[in-house]
Amino acid sequence: MTYTASEELRRDIERFKDELNSKFTGEDGKKYLVLCGGTGCMAGGTPDLREAAQGLIDKEQMQESIEVRQVGCFGMCSEGPFVRVYPDDVLYRLVRPEDIRDIFYEHLMGGEVVERLVYEDPKTGERHTRMQDIPFYRKQRRVALHGCGVIDPNKIEEALGYGGYQGLMNALEMDPQEVIDTILASGLRGRGGGGFPTGRKWQFAHDQQSDEKYVVCNGDEGDPGAFMDRSMLEDNPLSVVEGMAIAGYAIGAREGYFYIRAEYPIAVARVNAIIRQAEELGLLGDDILGTGFSFHAHVRLGAGAFVCGEETALLNSIMGKRGMPRPRPPFPAVSGLWGKPTIVNNVETLATVPYILREGLESFVCHGTERSTGTKVFCLGGKVNNVGLVEIPMGVTLRELIYDIGGGIQHDKEFKAIQTGGPSGGCLTAEDLDTPIDFDNMVEKGSMMGSGGAIVMDEDNCMVDVAKFYMGFICDESCGKCSPCRIGTKRMMEILDRITAGRGTHRDFDELEAIGEACKTNSLCALGQTAANPILSTIAHFRDEYLAHIDEHSCPAGICRDLIEYRIIADKCRMCSACARVCPVFAIDGQAGKTVFTIDTEKCIKCGSCLSACRFDAIVKE
Amino acid sequence: MAKLSGAAVAKVEEICDAHQGEKTPLIMILSDIQRTFGYVPLEVQEVVSQRTGISVAEIYGVVTFYSFFSLTPKGKHVIGCCLGTACYVKDAQKVIDRFCEDLGIQPGETTEDRMFTIDALRCIGACAAAPAVTIDGKVYARVDVQQVPGIIAEYRGEEVVA
Amino acid sequence: MGLVNITIEGRPHKVEEGLTILEAARQCGYEIPSLCTFNHGECNEGSCRVCLVEATGARGLAASCVYPVAEGMEIVISSPKAAAARRTSVELLLSNHNVNCQQCGKSGTCELQNVARIVGAREGMFQGSKTPTTYDDASPSLVRDTSKCILCGRCVERCRNAHGNGVLGFENRGFMAKVGPAQDISFIESPCIMCGQCVTVCPTGALMPKSEIDKVDFARAQGKYMVVQTAPAVRAALGEEFGLPIGTAVTGKMAAALRRLGFDRVYDVDFGADLTIMEEANELLDRVRNGGVLPMLTSCSPGWVNYAETYYADLLPHVSSCKSPHQMQGAIIKSYFAQVHGLDPKNIFVVSIMPCTAKKSEKDRPQMEVDGIRDVDAVLTVRELGDLIKRSGMQFNRLPEEGFDYDIMGTATGAGVIFGVTGGVMEAALRTAYRVLEGKEHEAVRFEAVRGFNGIREATITMGGMDVRVAVASGMANAKVLLDQIRKGTSPYHFIEIMGCPGGCINGGGMPIVRHCFLPNEDVDIVDTYRQKRAAALYSEDERNTLRQSHNNPQIIELYDKFLEAPNSHRAHKLLHTTYEGHAAFRLADRDDEAIDV
Ligand SMILES: Cc1cc2nc3c(=O)[nH]c(=O)nc-3n(C[C@H](O)[C@H](O)[C@H](O)COP(=O)(O)O)c2cc1C
Ligand code: SF4
Ligand code: SF4
Ligand code: SF4
Ligand code: SF4
Ligand code: SF4
Ligand code: SF4
Ligand code: SF4
Ligand code: SF4
Ligand code: FES
Ligand code: FES
Ligand code: FES
Repeated sequence: MTYTASEELRRDIERFKDELNSKFTGEDGKKYLVLCGGTGCMAGGTPDLREAAQGLIDKEQMQESIEVRQVGCFGMCSEGPFVRVYPDDVLYRLVRPEDIRDIFYEHLMGGEVVERLVYEDPKTGERHTRMQDIPFYRKQRRVALHGCGVIDPNKIEEALGYGGYQGLMNALEMDPQEVIDTILASGLRGRGGGGFPTGRKWQFAHDQQSDEKYVVCNGDEGDPGAFMDRSMLEDNPLSVVEGMAIAGYAIGAREGYFYIRAEYPIAVARVNAIIRQAEELGLLGDDILGTGFSFHAHVRLGAGAFVCGEETALLNSIMGKRGMPRPRPPFPAVSGLWGKPTIVNNVETLATVPYILREGLESFVCHGTERSTGTKVFCLGGKVNNVGLVEIPMGVTLRELIYDIGGGIQHDKEFKAIQTGGPSGGCLTAEDLDTPIDFDNMVEKGSMMGSGGAIVMDEDNCMVDVAKFYMGFICDESCGKCSPCRIGTKRMMEILDRITAGRGTHRDFDELEAIGEACKTNSLCALGQTAANPILSTIAHFRDEYLAHIDEHSCPAGICRDLIEYRIIADKCRMCSACARVCPVFAIDGQAGKTVFTIDTEKCIKCGSCLSACRFDAIVKE
Repeated sequence: MAKLSGAAVAKVEEICDAHQGEKTPLIMILSDIQRTFGYVPLEVQEVVSQRTGISVAEIYGVVTFYSFFSLTPKGKHVIGCCLGTACYVKDAQKVIDRFCEDLGIQPGETTEDRMFTIDALRCIGACAAAPAVTIDGKVYARVDVQQVPGIIAEYRGEEVVA
Repeated sequence: MGLVNITIEGRPHKVEEGLTILEAARQCGYEIPSLCTFNHGECNEGSCRVCLVEATGARGLAASCVYPVAEGMEIVISSPKAAAARRTSVELLLSNHNVNCQQCGKSGTCELQNVARIVGAREGMFQGSKTPTTYDDASPSLVRDTSKCILCGRCVERCRNAHGNGVLGFENRGFMAKVGPAQDISFIESPCIMCGQCVTVCPTGALMPKSEIDKVDFARAQGKYMVVQTAPAVRAALGEEFGLPIGTAVTGKMAAALRRLGFDRVYDVDFGADLTIMEEANELLDRVRNGGVLPMLTSCSPGWVNYAETYYADLLPHVSSCKSPHQMQGAIIKSYFAQVHGLDPKNIFVVSIMPCTAKKSEKDRPQMEVDGIRDVDAVLTVRELGDLIKRSGMQFNRLPEEGFDYDIMGTATGAGVIFGVTGGVMEAALRTAYRVLEGKEHEAVRFEAVRGFNGIREATITMGGMDVRVAVASGMANAKVLLDQIRKGTSPYHFIEIMGCPGGCINGGGMPIVRHCFLPNEDVDIVDTYRQKRAAALYSEDERNTLRQSHNNPQIIELYDKFLEAPNSHRAHKLLHTTYEGHAAFRLADRDDEAIDV
């Protein structure tokens, strides 16, 4: 079936909507077991749950009345794997395959909620059967993540039934300039990190005279500790395709490219599949819905280079070259892919666009702050209780993010810092907890919004080590084109290596600052320009920690290998030999049951295996 | 020239031809070759060069730029240790160090028996499972250094049986 | 293009729209320290970050070599911020550089050295480890020392622009990034044609010709009979080594210098060029008359010959079997000359002074000997000759004008001189062919259609009632077009001249370095014009010569009479002609024996 007019599509969409709704309301007389198919839960056992559930359905011959559905990430990955039961709308978490039996017989067959699998708020002890009542979800608003974790991403009918393509259809009824004006008015700023106003970017490209123009969706997502773009591509790929088509219509492009990192094979497959389905339905291709607008989408794979997230490097990569950035101007909006005007937009940016055109300006700008409208998806990770994917209105404070949504620090440890903006960003500390999150505040506080990684650190994290981690990442990922970044980042890395090995001096601060400044002002692209941020921001907030490494040759958090030693406390050792058995380098000596064990510190490679092996707390790290 | 079997040459040419319609197909060709052969040696690059007219120097430059491409064959099992931030702050470094120690190789390298390759990855999207390790696509959640020998044995053992 | 108003250092200027800040500044009389930029972007665009200035509208500092000027832009070169940034860029580069200027062959013409002094780089800043380096001196022509490389990418672009399918590329990334032939192999294992184009653009000592000065010293110490011969293009550029303006012909001083360097005989390869024309023109006529393989391709550029053997082995029968002029002349020196002077050819040491790095490899080809006697023993570049002269203490500019030695090979024609520029061989050959076919000299002497620097030039000349169609190409990117026509069977030509270097030998890899910045002669357009200037020096020498056709060279006539009998005679073939052999592009000795299968 191919749609040749909007009316045809609108008519069918009503049908898709009803069909989808009935899967939640039970109007079709069925019950649904909805499983989370996100990476976290898949790793946690979703496939086994699925098999167990299907087995029971088959065994009990309930195929007609119970169905298993798999959708995208529910967001609260640390409580996964999840099972959500409809029409009762009950959420079960931390489900193991053996639990499926209970859910099946007690709940689906017996109508009784399986209490022990229901989420319990660790703070209040309250139980919440419905997802939306859980504090983690309460402060969230789904704009970019619309449909994620709700629809089956492989079925375009579900996406269409859940609002898909309505934004594009509305846009096609407007002038391209009107579309741009709407986006301008929405105040939407690029979610890829820089926060550049999307409407302005589109306007530049729109104003260029050219026979060919391109839209590129930046799905490289290189930030090491973030996967929100991937979730959108995997869980509701049609919304990103739709956003891209709207952008194409607005600027006058007929071709679009998805640049997705090769490490995301599922995202690649889903996007490819949805493009194919959309083409079959006439929702992509020539003369879409009889409007005269033609748009073709293609997928290109990133091949493992963080710098390819930078837009000019990305374009070079699409053009089959080494992903080295080039100087701007000319900006891609003037000269991009194959020298033609091109806009590069982040996945989340494009996923947000349909929402604005579907729901209207008001329902977008009502979220957020004055200069940062709408919502932002974060990938909350590290030492918080609730690790996962969250979408919050701009303006929510860090405290709310970490404590209300994130559920606070794991094991009640002390909060130390939250790192945002990935390798380009910086650390925010307890002082900043009440800062409302938006583009400008984050920069003002010495970090940046970034693409959405938010990693929480506690007292056990060494901030010098964290700075070194990011610098190591940048060193690995510097393209090597320009000298300040190629050499400067290496030099900064060497200095951090020195400091964490206890060989640092006070002069190292000056040198770090000098090189950091040079990277910032001299580098060709933003990778180098921001490379020193993690260092400069940790020095600003945690100078004491640096000084401990330099002056006292000690690592307060006990992380830096060269500054710690493992030792067995003779009094506590029960001579069980457990430690010696796990030591990979045979550094532990002793005779089981006869002598106290000792560690040969010369041999020890500080892997920490013995520490976790000793059941008598006889081993200490100091 | 190289000792590429006739079939191998034909395969490379087939891959090149499959992308003929594309404006700039090099990276797609190389991705397919990497997937098919497990690596992209210079000999294969020469064939690609002849077929596409792109110089070997440029192809080699691309192959060595992207970490997805490898010049040497990967091991039978690829151990991907996530070193993304979320995993790193949860001691992922120790896990990868232990894999390296036990297998006697560095990240990016392959054991001499071509059984294992260790790759350092950046966020595999299982941050809730940090530190996460994937082996041949299977994700191991919350890996502790102590589990490492067991995991290796699991894959070694399977070999002994087979 | 329109004009835009800018200010530089607070003063207003009007410049053309579309210029980079650096270009605009130069026009207005400023020189911004720069390092990687070259010839309108023939580089790794904006990579060294030395040329930073403050410019309104730019985020942070602007790299002036790539940042375009805009209306109202205020440019400040001298601000402390910009000066400090430039200095840090250089200091960082030096921290990863094998700094040993005193022993480095590039010292004095090195742009890094130059710019380091100008920005005031301090010693010992930002010390740390260095990128693992490669030193490749396995080829007879080139030395690659990545410890001196600043990754400016000029060589990569030059090789690609000149030859289409470039040999050099970037490898790895970040601190491990390098420039070189694929997989960091040696030049001799790669498809490199040894032309040295990359050498001429390298701002540092990372790419250098391989020196053979020691070889010459050693031969002299052994008491060999030393014969030197200089290629046509040398006279047009040697003066640059001594501060003379580009395009100054220094034929007389050069001869004087060589004699003072202790060479027993000083000859001009122009004679060999005349000899080449005699052999080549007759080979062509023979092919035309007897249905031989056509079009015939010239063979005097070893860079091009290397390319043919690598990529067009199937077309080798098209390539003239003539050796290149200096090899011919070397063979004559070791046979006829030795015979006349009663010298033992084994005791003669022939040194060729060449604009060319490929000639260094050429003289080592197994084919380049007759009865076990090598034609040529050493090849020095123009720069090496300059070094020899400086070493000897001579004040070149104060030397008298002298002539070449006159006996046997002392006379040369203008036809031989113009071999040094693209189209010259063709023109020289046409002059002789015209005479043979028409029975009289061509009136104008000049064949304008084959002159100039367009990549490919063609002409049809009617002679002997026949339309002779010829074409000229230099640089392999251009040659490829003509070669592919031959392969397809659509080539309309009888004779094609191909030169390895774009523009011919006046732009050879052994020529003096044309510095791109801080030029002593204030010639901001030098990179666009140096080839014309050097070519003009050769053409004017041709014009001044009373003998302008090879066949009118009396000593050539004498050589045939007394020794060679006739062009393409049996003896001429033995001494003056050669053979070719195709080979794989990559010649790696130690390839894995393991077969690669699907
Ligand atoms: C080193 C580097 C890495 C980047 N990585 C990404 C990325 O992974 N995803 C992304 O959308 N933008 C990334 N960006 C930002 C892009 O260059 C670009 O600004 C963005 O895709 C524009 O889209 P937006 O305006 O919709 O945010 C990166 C920038 C730099 C300098
Ligand atoms: S700043 Fe770094 S990543 Fe960017 S161009 Fe320079 S070397 Fe490459
Ligand atoms: S830390 Fe690791 S290497 Fe050191 S003694 Fe313990 S187990 Fe052995
Ligand atoms: S594991 Fe602990 S108790 Fe057992 S031998 Fe080792 S140190 Fe002693
Ligand atoms: S390359 Fe230049 S800076 Fe480097 S050692 Fe040679 S002369 Fe000195
Ligand atoms: S330039 Fe300076 S360092 Fe070099 S030799 Fe002269 S004085 Fe010494
Ligand atoms: S010598 Fe010529 S062919 Fe060889 S790398 Fe240099 S420019 Fe290229
Ligand atoms: S070898 Fe020379 S020209 Fe080539 S990149 Fe290095 S410094 Fe530049
Ligand atoms: S054109 Fe001249 S300088 Fe260049 S390779 Fe040929 S002979 Fe040598
Ligand atoms: S993967 Fe299941 S909730 Fe995120
Ligand atoms: S950081 Fe390891 S899975 Fe995200
Ligand atoms: S960046 Fe301008 S000269 Fe190198």
